[in-house]
Amino acid sequence: MLLYDRIQFGFTITYHYLFPQLTMGLSLLIVYFKWRFLRTKLDHFNDAAKFWMKIFALNFAMGVITGIPMEFQFGTNWAKFSELTGGIIGQTLAMEGMFSFFLESSFLGLFLFGEKLLGHKLHFLTGFLVFLGSWASGFLIIATHSWMQNPVGYEILENGRFVLNNFSELFSNPWLFPSYLHNQFASIVTSSIVVAGVGAFYLLRKKHVESGKLFVKTGVIFGVISTILVAFPTGDWTAKNVVKYQPVTFAAMEGIFETEKGGSEIILIGQPNMLEKRLDNKIAVPNVLSFLTHQNWQAEIKGLNEFDEDLYPTNVPGLYYGYHIMVGLGTIFIGIMVVALFFLIRKNLYNKRWLMWVLFMLMPFPYIANTAGWYTAELGRQPWLVYNLLRTVDGASPTVSSGNTLFTLLGFIGLYLMLGLLFVILVGKIINAGPSVQKH
Amino acid sequence: MEFFWYIVLASMLIVYVILDGYDFGAGIVHLFLAKEEKDKKAIVKSIGPFWDANEVWLIAAGGVLFFAFPTLYASSFSGFYLPLMMVLWMLIFRAVGLELRGQLHNEMWVGFWDKAFGIASLLLALFFGAALGNVVRGVNLGGVYDGHSMHEAHYFFLPLWNAEFSPLSERLGVIDWFTLLIGVIAVVALTIHGANWIILKTNSSLNERLKKLIIKLNVVLVVLIGISFAVWHLVDPNPFKNFIETPVLWIFPLIALVGIVGLFRVNKLKKEIYGFMYSSLFLAGALASSFISIFPKLLPSTNSVNPSLTIYNASADDYGLNVGVYWFVIAVILVGVYIFVQYKVFRGKLDDNDYGEH
Repeated sequence: MLLYDRIQFGFTITYHYLFPQLTMGLSLLIVYFKWRFLRTKLDHFNDAAKFWMKIFALNFAMGVITGIPMEFQFGTNWAKFSELTGGIIGQTLAMEGMFSFFLESSFLGLFLFGEKLLGHKLHFLTGFLVFLGSWASGFLIIATHSWMQNPVGYEILENGRFVLNNFSELFSNPWLFPSYLHNQFASIVTSSIVVAGVGAFYLLRKKHVESGKLFVKTGVIFGVISTILVAFPTGDWTAKNVVKYQPVTFAAMEGIFETEKGGSEIILIGQPNMLEKRLDNKIAVPNVLSFLTHQNWQAEIKGLNEFDEDLYPTNVPGLYYGYHIMVGLGTIFIGIMVVALFFLIRKNLYNKRWLMWVLFMLMPFPYIANTAGWYTAELGRQPWLVYNLLRTVDGASPTVSSGNTLFTLLGFIGLYLMLGLLFVILVGKIINAGPSVQKH
Repeated sequence: MEFFWYIVLASMLIVYVILDGYDFGAGIVHLFLAKEEKDKKAIVKSIGPFWDANEVWLIAAGGVLFFAFPTLYASSFSGFYLPLMMVLWMLIFRAVGLELRGQLHNEMWVGFWDKAFGIASLLLALFFGAALGNVVRGVNLGGVYDGHSMHEAHYFFLPLWNAEFSPLSERLGVIDWFTLLIGVIAVVALTIHGANWIILKTNSSLNERLKKLIIKLNVVLVVLIGISFAVWHLVDPNPFKNFIETPVLWIFPLIALVGIVGLFRVNKLKKEIYGFMYSSLFLAGALASSFISIFPKLLPSTNSVNPSLTIYNASADDYGLNVGVYWFVIAVILVGVYIFVQYKVFRGKLDDNDYGEH
């Protein structure tokens, strides 16, 4: 049954992406700490790098462990999709294995264990290579994702197979760069908020105070830059791609049921009512959506009413909520980070206990925002696997029965619950011990 | 171009088995022989910096399979659904065991993850051997019963086992007496291989015992291979066809033979690395010979209705295969550099090497 295949993929990918979204951004912050240490020779920068490396190592291991099932599932659960498009998306996925997994896995060991063996400069280099590998991995995954959202460089044979006819178009896909930058800045948002949050935790507890200040300061500076860049210009570019290539998805995620003459309002809150094709209890600001989308207050935006219902995204309310949660949280992040920056410049950030509480409590929310953003992208593409060309229902494995899929889905749920529990215990232990405890 | 990618894929799988194979073997030795914490730690340290990169060869080979032979990837991954998922779970347990054992200093914790790592290694060796057995034996492509296909010609589905437990039955399973035999051969061969790795990379007190064990296991290996030859014709009536047509290919069985003969001399070798090289030669020669025995088939069909999947009917189109060569060559050169750096930094005995711990 298609439902189990979709739940299994959705569950395993959602769980998986909790880890890379931290490690991609965190590798950048660790490289930054290490670089500052090389420049200043101040030990607390090196201690910070070492402390975050421990957290990085656990997250990275979880990312690898939960990442392998993703590559397997294309073949096991989505065999028809793999058969028909493997000549194209197989390229980018194979490149990910060859270019980034080897790089990351070879140098991660050196980065984690090699400080004494290599000396600080080479150690910095291995950290940089791990960073490079993880960002290359993200790039090739988003290249694959972009082809599914906006297929380019292909032709379709009579037997339904997609064949590649232009390799470079895979990488000049207009969907790719906005999505990649948007995603990478979002990953820096997660790691900045986590670094600042752990710092705020130490300041609130009055333990490891010097490290706490460094973490809060670094997290806030990276946080201000990344939370703004994730919204503008990269989020804006990404949304404009949706308007251009997937107008029905745009109408659904914005909650626009009817085309409005004289400009569309932007919906802040409201619940999609699919029975009556309207938005219940809405709070909206007139004409703003038209301006944001077309820089024209009166521009017309197509509502869902203009499209055949057969083409609607499969789960309009889910898509709408995903998008609004992402945008809402992103806006809140910018607000908090700007306030924190204001106090940082005024040099009285660290004794604002209420703000430390806010930063501490903020930690889970970038994970929610990132997940909601990916749900927007993925639910927005449904009911298609390859937009407008191959439906999800036609991509599943023809010979795998629902009993087998449910069996493995339950297995993954059990296994991942156990992994999650262990992860929380171990990360809690590292954070509790703090940066000044070097050995174990 | 299909042939180029076939060689690439086969080579990557062989490299994978040689590299991750020593991790599995080390895990099996760890499970059965290492009693003292010092020896356990030595074994874990000997594979610590390498196992993750070794596993990447499997992922990367999977990627190349996906892009170069998408039909085979789709057919085999869905057809072997359950065993592949179990391999995944075992890979997860092995990784968790290795990564987490050092995180808490508590006997129960360490003991539990040691067992998880050891048992997962054992089962992985068994499963990968059985997988090779399945490829040689073939599957019921298209699900043919009474002359009718239940699925498209290149799809199938195998349960883990069937009541008959036989490779000759109409209803096949992943595990039958033939694939199980190949699985056991893999366990024995990889245990030898892992023992050689431990001897090479540690000063463990087990090393002298391991040398004796290698010779005993080698006898077992020779006997098991003899048995497999005696029954091989039941699953593949003509395994020597390609060797007879192209005699130069006999080099591969010969390489395997050199490896197995060399292993009997493990006590007298001048350098410890020779032992590891002999077991590597055996693995490479034996795997290459198995692949050649079914060439150009990739997955043989056990029925006469649907054709076998071959390198020609399961491959991607020419443009994609051609353009892939460019990035692949660059990537392989880079991978060579990484491996050189990795093995250079972590050279010599690792158990006394203070490269730090988790």
